[in-house]
Amino acid sequence: MEKSPDPAPPLLEVRGISKSFGAVRALQEVDFTLRAGEIHALLGENGAGKSTLIKAITGVFPRDAGVIRISGEEVAPRSAKAALQAGIATVYQEVNLLPNLSVAQNLFLDRQPMRFGIVREGEMRRRAKMLLGGFGLDIDVSAPLGSYSVAVQHVTAIARAVDLSARVLILDEPTASLDRHEVEILFDIMRQLAGRGIGIVFVSHFLDQVYEISDRITVLRNGRLVGERETASLPRLELIRMMLGRELAETTSARAATAEHQAREVCASFEGYGKAGYVAPFNLELRHGEVVGLAGLLGSGRTETARLVFGAERADRGQAKVEGDPIRLLSPRDGVRHGFGYCPEERKTDGIVAELTVRENIVLALQAKRGLHRPLSRREQDEIAGRYVKMLDIRPPDPERPVGLLSGGNQQKVLLARWLATSPRLLVLDEPTRGIDVGAHAEIIRLIRELCDDGLALLVISSELDEIVTYSDRVVVLRDRAHVDELTGEAIDISNILAAIAADSAVVAHEGRA
Amino acid sequence: MTALLPRRGLAQILALIVILAVDRVVSPQFFDLRLQDGRLFGSLIDVLNRGTPVALLSLGMVLVIATRGIDLSVGAVMAISGAIAASLADSHGLPVVLAAALGAGLVCGLWNGFLVSVLGMQPIVATLILMVAGRGIAQLITEGRIVTFSSPDLVWLGNGSILGVPVPVAIALGMLILTGAVVRGSALGLLIEATGGNARASELAGVGTRAMILAVYVWCGVCAALAGVIAAADIMGADANNAGLWLELDAILAVVIGGTSLFGGRFSLVLAVLGALIIQTMNTGILLSGYPPEFNLLVKAVVVLTVLLLQSPKLSGFSGIMPPLRRAKA
Repeated sequence: MEKSPDPAPPLLEVRGISKSFGAVRALQEVDFTLRAGEIHALLGENGAGKSTLIKAITGVFPRDAGVIRISGEEVAPRSAKAALQAGIATVYQEVNLLPNLSVAQNLFLDRQPMRFGIVREGEMRRRAKMLLGGFGLDIDVSAPLGSYSVAVQHVTAIARAVDLSARVLILDEPTASLDRHEVEILFDIMRQLAGRGIGIVFVSHFLDQVYEISDRITVLRNGRLVGERETASLPRLELIRMMLGRELAETTSARAATAEHQAREVCASFEGYGKAGYVAPFNLELRHGEVVGLAGLLGSGRTETARLVFGAERADRGQAKVEGDPIRLLSPRDGVRHGFGYCPEERKTDGIVAELTVRENIVLALQAKRGLHRPLSRREQDEIAGRYVKMLDIRPPDPERPVGLLSGGNQQKVLLARWLATSPRLLVLDEPTRGIDVGAHAEIIRLIRELCDDGLALLVISSELDEIVTYSDRVVVLRDRAHVDELTGEAIDISNILAAIAADSAVVAHEGRA
Repeated sequence: MTALLPRRGLAQILALIVILAVDRVVSPQFFDLRLQDGRLFGSLIDVLNRGTPVALLSLGMVLVIATRGIDLSVGAVMAISGAIAASLADSHGLPVVLAAALGAGLVCGLWNGFLVSVLGMQPIVATLILMVAGRGIAQLITEGRIVTFSSPDLVWLGNGSILGVPVPVAIALGMLILTGAVVRGSALGLLIEATGGNARASELAGVGTRAMILAVYVWCGVCAALAGVIAAADIMGADANNAGLWLELDAILAVVIGGTSLFGGRFSLVLAVLGALIIQTMNTGILLSGYPPEFNLLVKAVVVLTVLLLQSPKLSGFSGIMPPLRRAKA
């Protein structure tokens, strides 16, 4: 790992950094190099280790191994503040500033110009105005920051970081909530800063933006470094291949028997279903034995669709039907009564009851469905819990253990067991493999396949497109809280999904689709 | 604070034994029992008898706290039901008196439950309303006087005995068995623990969390009303100003001593009642020792502090996973 220092050492050099959370190895021996004056994109799917890398560099997490050098000098920041003093500033998607204070106060928080112990408001405003002027922003700096758009807040955060003499600027998903015009403004500022010799790390899900702005790209996958390339000499297809870790040809649907599935009976259908300000009305049919994938970026309306389908959120228009009969779907109880199940994305807050045992968590939905007056006897509970602990290989295989003490993957299996115990007709799985180690990951995908072979209808949300492509019979693509496309059979592949997600920017080839 | 206790409840039983032993030291006749006029007498019986109101309150309170709520109004509900019972006692039969008093408790519970589960108010604020207003209502019923009565039926409820056991004690025992049968005999216990442990997750699993919450406040109101009737029967009168005063705090303390966390989830009816007995054993011991009763409050405060310290996450590692007192003495 130790090399002799180059004649001109890079601005930021990360070597052999590792970090584990319990059994999950979030980062393994990752290297990263940022040169002065470059814009460097850090890419990877969800869970690839991007945020962990950033947090390890900025001292938010202690790292298990590895060195960080700035201009050849080793640094070991223990907190975000220490990282800032070392010259590394981070601007997160959710800007970490104080919306109730003025723009000027935010810019000079903790270092206000003082005279005789009194803040020099006039001086502070003048300097704030000058600072933002340098970024082409002419606004009233005495107004509260919260009264400005997210874009202005981002620029303010960047201006503050740069003014704090940051030499390395990390921008984590800065464009996620910006409109096109604001993105242009941000990119101008980024180019200007790079011109001044600042190194910028750009984390984004938007590949077209990456190609537009970045000089080089580093790709992570499953906590490992895949490679570092010049943006100009990296074809888009090759980049996707690096991110997904497999040939695109392999990731076409493994379940291609489309005609057979079309013939299956409809299990549940939703016509013109939607809620104002939540998800635009959509039509969705779910058939027995069929897996429907929901694809889209974060915030595109995937989870919102899932909650409407299950009954966790009340629709204000449209009609839901089960086996052809119209139903009322006003609460999760209604959903459960009609044989629906929902494994939410936030396992800890919305899924498990941490202090109750594995057994109690597994029987919870079944008991709620049966009602108060028909309690499951302890023997029935033991039988059900024992059966699913064995079937899903829940570890440790102790039904009396509080579920909060289990690993994420096993908690997910307990939630699956909870719903399987109710013999559902439709299961909605929101990010079933999120935050789960690789072994359990494969097992859960295997389970998904087995379940639908047993005639269950499945609606699965995943940010990992290769996963969706692998198990889905149909893929519904969402964008901006609306269902924008539906892919079936041969048309299900990653490039088509990406094309549908990015349809309006029309950057990805849009071909071979029905 | 070294080894994990082998079983839930051992801490409470040990605490009770220690306090009983201390009582035996300050009052050598503490364990003496004698049968007189077909009724048992003695300090132990006295502890059970005096402990009845708080034991009844704790039966309702423990369920409320298990849902992550709290009911500050139980003392005021006692005053209301006592006032109603005393006002009706000499003009109506016992069934009517009981129906009216317990009905009032049920209405009070519905009110609290409505505020918390339907309107989504914070339990401490929601029940504070009735805590304040309830005493006013009770005073309106008694028209500001101390209402006395002589109905032998109602007096028997407070002072009679069944097979040598004081009636209040028999009622409390009956209520413990009844509540236990309802809660553990049906799925209610599991669903209440799930609701208190994680209301969002329980809701998404199809549990009717609102109905659960409404039900526990109603039961809490009924238990409080019963305690109020017994307290009134005991003194053959209703004092709207002082009946049940501060007893909500004793009830909460009993529940917490019984190992049910104020953060909701796992609960134990038996241990909550045991908590009430621990408090009463302490009270009686201090009275017997000849110290002025003011010490009572100080000793209680020390006990509360100790229990809360033992429950605090900083002192006991990972909280919220296991019932606090199981590892509290660990």
